[in-house]
Order: sequence, then structure tokens, then C-alpha cells
Amino acid sequence: MAFTGIFLILFLIVHSVANSCIFLNDSGETYNAVAHFLSHNWIVRFLEIGLFVGLFAHIIQGIMLTLANNSKRPIKYAVNAGNATSKWYSRSMGILGSLLLLFLVIHLKDFFIGTKIALYSGDAPHNLFEEMKEEFSNPIVVGVYVLGVVALCWHLIHGFSSAFQTIGINNPKYNPLIKTAGIVYSLIVCIAFAMMPIAFYLGWIS
Amino acid sequence: MEHTTINLNLKVWRQKNAEDKGQFENYKAENISTEMSFLEMFDVLNEKLINEGQDPVAFDHDCREGICGMCSMHINGRAHGPWSGTTTCQLHMRAFKDGETITVEPWRAKAFPVLKDLTVDRSAFDRIQQAGGYVSVNTGNAQDGNALPIDKKNADASFDAAMCIGCGACVAACKNSSAMLFTSAKVSQYALLPQGQPERTTRVMNMVAQMDKEGFGACTNTGACEAECPKEISISNIARLNREYLNAQLSL
Ligand code: SF4
Ligand code: FES
Repeated sequence: MAFTGIFLILFLIVHSVANSCIFLNDSGETYNAVAHFLSHNWIVRFLEIGLFVGLFAHIIQGIMLTLANNSKRPIKYAVNAGNATSKWYSRSMGILGSLLLLFLVIHLKDFFIGTKIALYSGDAPHNLFEEMKEEFSNPIVVGVYVLGVVALCWHLIHGFSSAFQTIGINNPKYNPLIKTAGIVYSLIVCIAFAMMPIAFYLGWIS
Repeated sequence: MEHTTINLNLKVWRQKNAEDKGQFENYKAENISTEMSFLEMFDVLNEKLINEGQDPVAFDHDCREGICGMCSMHINGRAHGPWSGTTTCQLHMRAFKDGETITVEPWRAKAFPVLKDLTVDRSAFDRIQQAGGYVSVNTGNAQDGNALPIDKKNADASFDAAMCIGCGACVAACKNSSAMLFTSAKVSQYALLPQGQPERTTRVMNMVAQMDKEGFGACTNTGACEAECPKEISISNIARLNREYLNAQLSL
């Protein structure tokens, strides 16, 4: 979980930085250029296969881990400690992950498939910026995206520091740094993502 | 401290034997001194049950001074009750309010089957320990103590890990019933000392294999074990175990 998780954490940096080009407010010129570069560069194409392999592995590992762990206590407690001994989001990675998977299906259907069809079927330049603008004019879509990003944020806050612990990095000198970095990273990435549909919807970007 | 007595309602798990389905029974514990330990409160209840010709509540206990790790009880949703860094035998009744209802359950884990009432079978821990929790010692005269220099930091960390009393609270508290805190404490205690080096790689592999075989869950780093451990074993030991395991895998 940790290695694939770290890989996905790194991917999200690229994804959020590239998408943040929409905030330049230049009618998506820079953003479309970046999107065009990413979808036509063979190194990126190759890395994309790695991304799907990593993502798939993370999902399969997560499902197997959750199912196995859930079977280890056949008779449950009548009273649970709840938040007294651990954080709710650290106990809810399976549920948060499932929400993210649902969101991911919607997200890929919205943007990924269309892009690929445009890439392989015709030579008409695909205007991803316009597509985003159109998608995010629907308040329901905006709501779904913001909820997806909120789930992502909690998933990342636990996942970031948890990944370090799993690969054996735990040192009193650096633990506060890892924890803070995890929270800062999760907040920056997720606020950037959440602002995209909101900004389009409210007409801040045109 | 002022001496007061309290009355309590107990909701206790009763189960005749390993095959029985089991259920909660309600009891009244009256005139309980706030200076009693939780186990002494159960002694009072059991006296009463015996006098009434009923079966007393079976529970594990031995030292009653917080060092043997026998007194497993899940009290109001907490392993060893509401106080942190405390075993059930060291939990005092002043932790509870007059008239309170206290729910007492056995450790719940597939790897710790209930034998009777609040008593569970923790021999899985013994088998993990036997799989690698030892060092080989040459016969002959004992070596001079000063002949083996040990870094103070490592000696302290090893001693901290060796504080583990094998009580099983970490498993009981973990949502995955994982035994990683226990196993990591046992692995760390030897990995940090020169005496532990000969079996360093085989130890961690064998103990983890045994742990998985016993049916404990996998660690997802929620930290509940560390919060409930009566000996305050740190999850930094789990990170050390992960490191040791990774190294062992690469070196074998
Ligand atoms: S690590 Fe702590 S909670 Fe777990 S068995 Fe040892 S003393 Fe008990
Ligand atoms: S009875 Fe020995 S630790 Fe509680």
C-alpha cells in the first residue's frame, strides 16, 4: 500500500500543478498547451501506463487488505473506543478509498475517455479547457467533485504519514516534519483541486 | 484521598466455554470502595455469586501489580479501561462514577478465542515468541559484562521494547486485530543489542510468518495499539520491524 500510495502522491503533485494552469485565466491557453504536451509526449504516455498499473495495484491491495482485516474479529465489541484511541479517518481508509474509486470512475468518464477518443480518432484539436468549463457549469457535478476532493483530503492526511511508517521511516527528529508535510501537502493539493470546479462554476475563470 | 463507596451496574460477557455462544449478563456491584482495583471489584462480585450458588465470572489475573500481563478486560470499549498506561489490575474504582454502568468484554480477536467468560487463549503470542524471540548463547563461563560495548541509546530503546508484558491489549484495541506492536517490541528488543545479531534476519522473518499464521490482521497505522498499551510501547518499534523485515527480505 505504501509504495503504490507514495507513487500516487507524487502523481497528484503533477496533476494538480498542471491543472492549476487554468488559474492563469488566459482562456485556457497555457492549460491546453500543457494538456496537449502531456497527451502527445511518449515519455508521459509511457508513465501513464505505470500510473494505471500503480493505481490498479493500490486498489486491489486495498480491497484485499480491508477484507482480510475485517475477517480478523468475527465477534465485534459491544462498546468501541471510537475516537478516544485513534483518528476516524485512519480507521476509514477503506470507505474513503471506495468513495474515491466511485469518484474516479466519474472523473475518468468526464475527462479521460473524451481526451483519448479525441487523441486517437481525429485530428481536430481537443479543447480540454472548454470541456472543463462546460462540465463545471452543472452544480451537481461541482458538488460531486468537491465531495470527492474532501474524501481525497482525509485519505491523504492519513496515507501520507502512514506510508512513511510502513516503509520504516519513524524518527523522533523527523516525525513532526513528516506529519506537518503530510497535512500541508494534502491541504494544498485538495484546495487547488476543489477550487477548479468552484472557480469555473462561479465564473472566476473564463 | 477521601474514602468513598460507589454502586455500579455491570454488564459482563458470560460464556460457558469456547463453543458456547455467550451473552451479556447484568449484575449489581454494591458498596465498592473507590480504592479497590477493578479486579478486586470483580472479587467482591464473585464472592456474592458463589454465596448465591452461581458460577463466578472467570477472568485472568496473576501478579495484580501490572507486570504479568494476564488481566485482559475490555472495559467500556477500552482495553484495560479508561486510564492510559494502566493494566486492569492497576485500574482503580475511582475512575468510575457512582451509579455508572460498566460494560466488560473479553479481548475480541480471531487469534484470541474466548475460553470462558472474560478469559481468552493468548497462546498465539507464545508461539510468535518461540518462532524467534530468543538469542543463542554459548556454553561456558559468562562473558565479562564490560566486554560488549552497547550504545546507551540502543540499550535504552531495547529496554523500552522489552517492557512489553504480552498482555494483548494492542491486538484488542486494533481495529484489524493486528499483533504488530507486540511482535515489533519483541523483534526490537533483540535487534538493538549485539547479542541479538546472529538471528537478526531469521528472527524477524520467522516471527512475522508465525504472526500471520496465527490469524492476526495487518497493520494500517491507526495508532490505537500505542494509545492502549499499558507499557506505552511506541509504534516506532513497528517502523523498526518494517525496516528489519525489508532488510531481511533483501538479504536472504
Ligand atoms: S505491546 Fe503493549 S499492549 Fe501489546 S502485548 Fe506488549 S504490553 Fe501489551
Ligand atoms: S494481573 Fe498481572 S498485569 Fe494485571
